[in-house]
Amino acid sequence: MTAIAEPLKSRARPSAAQMARWAISDSLVMTRRNLLVWLRVPAYIVFTVVQPVIFVLLFRYVFGGAIHAPGSGGYVSYLMPGIIGQTAAFATFATAIALAQEATKGVIDRFRAMPMARSAVLAGRLIADSIRMLIVILVIIGVGYAVGFRFQNGVAGAVGMVLLAEIFGITICSVSAFVGLAIKDEESVQAFGLIWIFPLTFVSSAFVPIATMPGWLQVFANNQPVTLVINAMRAMALGGPDFPLNPSLWESLLWLAGILIVFVPLAVWSYRRVG
Amino acid sequence: MALTNTDFAIEVSALHKSFGKVHALRGVDFAVPRGSVLGMLGPNGAGKTTAVRVLTTLLRPDSGRVIVEGYDVVRDAAAVRRRIGLAGQATAIQLELTGRENLEIMGRLNHMPRSSVRGRAAELLERFEIADAADRPAKTYSGGMQRRLDLAASLIAEPSVLFLDEPTTGLDPYGRLGMWDIIRELVGRGTTLLLTTQYLEEADELANTIVVVDHGEVIASGTPDRLKDQVGGDLLEFTVPDRAQLDDAVRAVAGLSDSAPTVETDAKRIKVPVGSGGSTALVEAVRRLDAAGVVTEDLALHRPSLDDVFLAVTGHAAEAAPDGAAKGQKSPAAGVAS
Repeated sequence: MTAIAEPLKSRARPSAAQMARWAISDSLVMTRRNLLVWLRVPAYIVFTVVQPVIFVLLFRYVFGGAIHAPGSGGYVSYLMPGIIGQTAAFATFATAIALAQEATKGVIDRFRAMPMARSAVLAGRLIADSIRMLIVILVIIGVGYAVGFRFQNGVAGAVGMVLLAEIFGITICSVSAFVGLAIKDEESVQAFGLIWIFPLTFVSSAFVPIATMPGWLQVFANNQPVTLVINAMRAMALGGPDFPLNPSLWESLLWLAGILIVFVPLAVWSYRRVG
Repeated sequence: MALTNTDFAIEVSALHKSFGKVHALRGVDFAVPRGSVLGMLGPNGAGKTTAVRVLTTLLRPDSGRVIVEGYDVVRDAAAVRRRIGLAGQATAIQLELTGRENLEIMGRLNHMPRSSVRGRAAELLERFEIADAADRPAKTYSGGMQRRLDLAASLIAEPSVLFLDEPTTGLDPYGRLGMWDIIRELVGRGTTLLLTTQYLEEADELANTIVVVDHGEVIASGTPDRLKDQVGGDLLEFTVPDRAQLDDAVRAVAGLSDSAPTVETDAKRIKVPVGSGGSTALVEAVRRLDAAGVVTEDLALHRPSLDDVFLAVTGHAAEAAPDGAAKGQKSPAAGVAS
């Protein structure tokens, strides 16, 4: 390699098309890297796959008998869209923790001193996490089928449900990315995740009909985005008069769009501030 | 604006950077000739890491100009990034992945074609003696191996300027020597290197030029020999158990250097400043003392440390307690760079 110092003013910059190609290929390299790490660490797989499976079995067989669910499929059919929604939300813990680790270890700094696209660290993380999320959701659906769950609204409904779960998960990922990069300390990130993700997923229609909750709690549960998302998922998976699709679907999409509009810029902003 | 001087790979002038009220860099100037090694020496919190972060485009300077390989680090950060490598105390390697995977990923992120990445990674693994462990997860590596892998990762795209931020901090002596060998070999291949260190010995071993940084300012610079001469250079020290031989001993070593030996009669200790001619003087001293029939104990060469340099240049020790009167900003500045 010859290094000839050019005069300061004349310099060729890569074209916009080249920059875009690099941004895509860099994001894919980062995606592959993140997925490889996930596959190499048994603890991550246990945390992301085994834990939701345990939830399925626990709610199906331990709590299920005590909960009366609407619809014709029994509690297990009511439960599965809820568990899948919760799984998508929980999967984002890993997003926050991984970004917090990379920020504190100085890894992000090193990437930023390289010619790689700046967007690739966040993009690669979100893509890898949504692929991981999809794999986990499919595993859970398989386990659900083994314990009596059935989609009752056709293939399109089933695909729609998985798609909405993914959009929901990616949206929560953007919140987690911001939390991880803003707090940076791994343990605080974990603790903080529990504080906001647990109430949101449990005080919702995910596991029990909201009508069984005390009145003051119903006000919150009925109007928070997780309930809306899960109601829409349930409508797509099960159909029928007990589970109307709207207004849950468009209300949940509005919520998700609103959350993305706020938290994607916040995540990018906190990523720029790292270091 | 003048064209850049093609003889220099790095040119820094009047560089300032503050974090709130803390002035991490207060007008730093230096230049690194192409193909040479600059050792940036200073205690924790002196501003070394801040300087490296500005030079590697990670931090925007408040004012001043930094040119790397002819490109301005602020206006042409992307061009600078294509030409530099950075490795440091924090390793960027992913411990769950193998050495080979780590290098190939770094190569791809440097926009190297897939075909050349494989060969280049294999070559670096071989050169840095990681080939046997290339397909094991990096978390099974020793500290020295992880550091070598990290250095290899920073070299994957053959940067013409390499920044090493305290490359041997935390390594055992064996790991440190291994790292020195690798760094020397790199420089032999023409890479320009800026390395920061807390150890005078390390800068002395590796650098052509040393800049001593303290409280965000360059307080001394020059070749290692010049710096050591400034602090009196190497010191030969020994004890003469038999007090009667003390005078003979002084006469024997008197001609070793321009400086006269000093004698601590009570301790029966003799010290001879020998400048930069340490090892030669040591051999010569043994020969002369032996010829004079003087029996000695604890004959040793004392090389100047970072503390000696600091004492000579600033009048305070490198890791000294706050010396508010002299510089004022010691404690806040200490929190910045590390």
